[in-house]
Amino acid sequence: MMVALTARRLPRFAPVGIGAAAVVVAAVLCFGLGLGGVVLMGLFSAVLFVVGLYIATRIVEGPRAARNRVATSFIYGAFLLALIPLVSVIVTVLTKGTARLDGNFFGTSMNLITARDAHGGAYHAIIGTLEQVAIAVVIAVPLGILGAVYIVEYGRGKLAKAIQFFVDVMTGIPSIVAGLFILAFWVMVITPMFSADGRPVLSGFAASLALAVLMLPTVVRSTEEMLRLVPNELREGSYALGIPKWKTITKIVLPTAAPGIVTGVMLAIARAAGETAPVLLVAGASKAINFDPFSSQSSLALYVYDQATDSSKFAPGRAWTAALTLIVIVLTLTVAAKLLARRSKLSR
Amino acid sequence: MLPSTTTEPVAGELLPRRRRFGAETIFRWLTTGAGVTVLVIIVAIATFLIVKAIPALNANKENFLTYEGWFPNDASPKFGIASLAFGTVLSATIALLLAVPVALGIALFLSHYAPRRVATALGFVIDLLAAVPSIVFGLWGREYLVGPVAELSTWLNQNLGWLPIFGGDGPFGKSVLLGSVVLAIMVLPIITSLSREVFMQTPTANEEAAIALGATKWEMIRTSVLPYGRPGIIAAVLLGLGRALGETIALAMTLGAGFLISFNLIEVGGNSIAANIANGFGEAGEIGRGALIASGLVLFTITLIVNMTARIIVYRRREFR
Repeated sequence: MMVALTARRLPRFAPVGIGAAAVVVAAVLCFGLGLGGVVLMGLFSAVLFVVGLYIATRIVEGPRAARNRVATSFIYGAFLLALIPLVSVIVTVLTKGTARLDGNFFGTSMNLITARDAHGGAYHAIIGTLEQVAIAVVIAVPLGILGAVYIVEYGRGKLAKAIQFFVDVMTGIPSIVAGLFILAFWVMVITPMFSADGRPVLSGFAASLALAVLMLPTVVRSTEEMLRLVPNELREGSYALGIPKWKTITKIVLPTAAPGIVTGVMLAIARAAGETAPVLLVAGASKAINFDPFSSQSSLALYVYDQATDSSKFAPGRAWTAALTLIVIVLTLTVAAKLLARRSKLSR
Repeated sequence: MLPSTTTEPVAGELLPRRRRFGAETIFRWLTTGAGVTVLVIIVAIATFLIVKAIPALNANKENFLTYEGWFPNDASPKFGIASLAFGTVLSATIALLLAVPVALGIALFLSHYAPRRVATALGFVIDLLAAVPSIVFGLWGREYLVGPVAELSTWLNQNLGWLPIFGGDGPFGKSVLLGSVVLAIMVLPIITSLSREVFMQTPTANEEAAIALGATKWEMIRTSVLPYGRPGIIAAVLLGLGRALGETIALAMTLGAGFLISFNLIEVGGNSIAANIANGFGEAGEIGRGALIASGLVLFTITLIVNMTARIIVYRRREFR
């Protein structure tokens, strides 16, 4: 009697064949019988594919192999599923955003633009974003780097542990809460002391403060990680030469970790530039070009929100173009940061 | 270098004494101050939100915790957190139900299925998803996702309408389902990247032992990778939950902004604390702002608890290793 040394296997083309059959059957069900549209067809073909694959494998290869195949197709499917929104967002923003991509958009503001005007631009919003993010960087980056130096180089005992823990917790603070905090603290308590009529002042600077609150934990975390990667031999070599600790940190440790720190800062900037909620609460949403951050300003993200909630028929075009501008800025920063990280000598 | 002030140490002489207010001490205090700032900010957030919420809470004519409506700008202000808190938790829960299986699938794909080199590039693609600003997701969800979701809602209503969550008779569109789908896309990257990291750390010995015993790939994952990564998965899900609870603009643009406690997922409606702050801020008066700050305080407390729980799990795991 012959004994089979290898288990029976489905032919290689079987999954592809089952997939094609599933799509055809789903198409017939949805469009032939009029059950539904494209979304349902996608759902149906996925379900049919999994069921078909399970049955076929179970008959040929057995139940364990069948479960394995189903799990594999779920795992591949999950990845493909995640690509749909990413591709869809990028394609949509590109197609809709190019309609108003002209000099007028980047050269003018929304000052005196009424619902009937087709033009109007985002110059003021771009100025606002640049200034607010720059101020936030000036506040958050030195503070964040020093904080990380404390955690890694100086901190011992409970205080350092508590700070490390709350930095992690702080990364999860909702951006709207940061906005409310600056509203309750800076706008409602501090600014009335300095304004001429004692009324609270909404300003781009307040938005910068909120963005700084959001950036701070991100900067601390990424710097902290980078400082931990700096080899201890470098520090010890420096100490052996009689160099004090603070000079070792500023001249040896921080420069070594610099590319990684810059990456973290760029990612934090990318995130801050895309924040809408805090800016909505405290920036004042000026429609005119305003270089002074201590008075009402707008920002690109806020501009998208304003235009998206505007009833003018020209507003959506402006919103999409601003969204395109924003996404280009943010993705460029992100990609550049990741490439920089790859070139860094310190890597895990 | 200032040659006049530095004295060359001579053999046999004591090292120069550490000065009390030298650069070292100043630098150490500077870094300590920066570290303490983080604690100060967290305490300050709680303090200022409480201080500014109290006047509005005193003026409130209804119970803040149980009242469903939101009329803080009336002559006799009435507002309560009940429907908003319910909506926040509901949309975040649905978002997690949708996102977690997909995120774990992607994480497994990147850690155990895709070839190493491809996995790095594909992981980068998922990171790009995390970089897209929430306002863009909101705009996209409101203009484009609303069609497919409405189509799905109609089908669910016709075929599964006997379930209360899919009941009602329309209109379908800016519903909890739409908001949750957008939210799910937004929390996907964070859950993916954290659980992927945990999956990669599974000891190779465990995996190889399972394979050697004849396990299929899926059985190997079920018996070695998933049990090993369980605390990490829980922490990742909690961090995703924290993110979902606090998401503002995307929900402000995709939810229907109602003030009802309802489990219906597909009818126009749904609201969240954060979305209500963004929507209601423009027309809020003195009491209105206080009321929104009070709701923000509730949100801050909820997210703080969720995040702290997640971090404690992560820390325990780190010590365990």
